[in-house]
Amino acid sequence: MAVHSTGKDAAGAVAPAFVLDRREAIPKLVGRHEDFLIVTGLAGTSRDIAALTEDGAHTYSMAGAMGGACMIGLGLALARRDKRVLVVTGDGELLMNIGSLATIAVMNPPNLSVVCVDNGHYGETGYQKSHTSLGVDLERIASGSGIKRTLTIEAEADIAAGTRLIREGNASSFVLLRVKPTEPPAYKRDLDPATTRTRFRAANLR
Amino acid sequence: MSGEGKTGGKAATWQDQVYDLLRQHKVTQFAYVPDAGHRILIDRSLADPDVHSVALTTEEEGVALLAGADLGGARGVLLMQSSGVGNCINMLSLTSGGRFPFLALISMRGDFGEGNPWQYPMGKATEPVLEAMDVTCLRAETPQEALAAVAAAITMVFQAGRAVAVLFTQKLLGAKKF
Repeated sequence: MAVHSTGKDAAGAVAPAFVLDRREAIPKLVGRHEDFLIVTGLAGTSRDIAALTEDGAHTYSMAGAMGGACMIGLGLALARRDKRVLVVTGDGELLMNIGSLATIAVMNPPNLSVVCVDNGHYGETGYQKSHTSLGVDLERIASGSGIKRTLTIEAEADIAAGTRLIREGNASSFVLLRVKPTEPPAYKRDLDPATTRTRFRAANLR
Repeated sequence: MSGEGKTGGKAATWQDQVYDLLRQHKVTQFAYVPDAGHRILIDRSLADPDVHSVALTTEEEGVALLAGADLGGARGVLLMQSSGVGNCINMLSLTSGGRFPFLALISMRGDFGEGNPWQYPMGKATEPVLEAMDVTCLRAETPQEALAAVAAAITMVFQAGRAVAVLFTQKLLGAKKF
C-alpha cells in the first residue's frame, strides 16, 4: 500500500499545519492501546488502529455506514463506565455526522474521548480535499458543540498533552490530530462486521 | 428497577406500560429526537435515574448508538417519527451487516387522517424502506396491539438478535391537528 502515494503527489499543496506523519503520531498519541476499547472510522483510521493493535479484539472498525463511529463510541461508553472508550476517526467520517459531537457534549461521559485524525482529504477515494483543507476547524466545532476538553495537535511537541487528555479527566474530550495526507499502514484486517461484533463481545463483556 | 409504575399518580397509559415492559427487559439506553407521539416514553426515561436518555440531532445517530450499546452489553431502543426513518437508511448497513440487535418504536405520520402533505412521502415509504434494510415491521393500531407488538419485538430483538420496528399508527396515536 505504501507504494501508492507519498501524499504530495496525490494531494497537491499541503497546508502548513498538516505536517505530522500518522504512522508515527497515532501510536505515540494512543500509547498503551490495551487500556482502551477502541472504535474506528473507515479506511485510514481503521488501518492505523488495526496495525497498532494487530486487529485486536478490543477494537471495532468500520468499513461502511460512514458517520457512525462517534455514536458507536457513545453507546459503548455509556454501557461500559468501567472502561475508557476511544473513538479514532477521520475528518471525512466525522464531517458526515457532525451533530454527534453535540450529542456527545450533552451526554458528556467522562470515559469517552474522540481523536479525529485530520489529513484534510478523503484518502480512500483519491485524496480529494475535505472541508478541513478549506477552512473548517473541527476542534472549534467540537468546542462550540459544548465539549469542554479539546486540543489540536499539529506538532510533535503537542502529542504528550493529547495522550494525557484522552486518558484523564472528568468529561468527554476531543483531540484533533493534524497529519499530512500520506498513506496509513497496510494491514489486512477482518472486514466482516458480524464476526468482529462477536469477537468484540466475546473478548470484552464482563 | 425503579422505572416501574412511576406515572405521577395518574392512571397508567399504554405508553407507560410499554415503558415498564422495556425496563423489565433491561433496556437502559433510550435514544430519541423529540417527538409528541413518544412524549410519555421520553419523559419517563428522563425521570428514570437508572437509564441513559439520549437526545439526538438526527435519528441516524441512534442507529449507531444502539450498536455501541450492544458492544458494551447494554440494550437500547430508538424512538422516532416515521420521517426520521429516512435519516437512518445507510446506517442500518451497520445493523444488518453486523447482525446487531435493533429495536425501534416509530410514531407514524402521513397515514390515517394526516393533514400535513409533507408527511406523506416518508409515511408511505416507512415500511418498504425498513424492510429493504432488513428491519421487520410490526404495525399497531390499538393499545392492545401496541403492547403485544412491543413484547413480541423485545423477544425478536434481544433473544433472536433481529432488527424490528414497531409502528404506532395514527389510528392508535391520533392524527395531529393543524
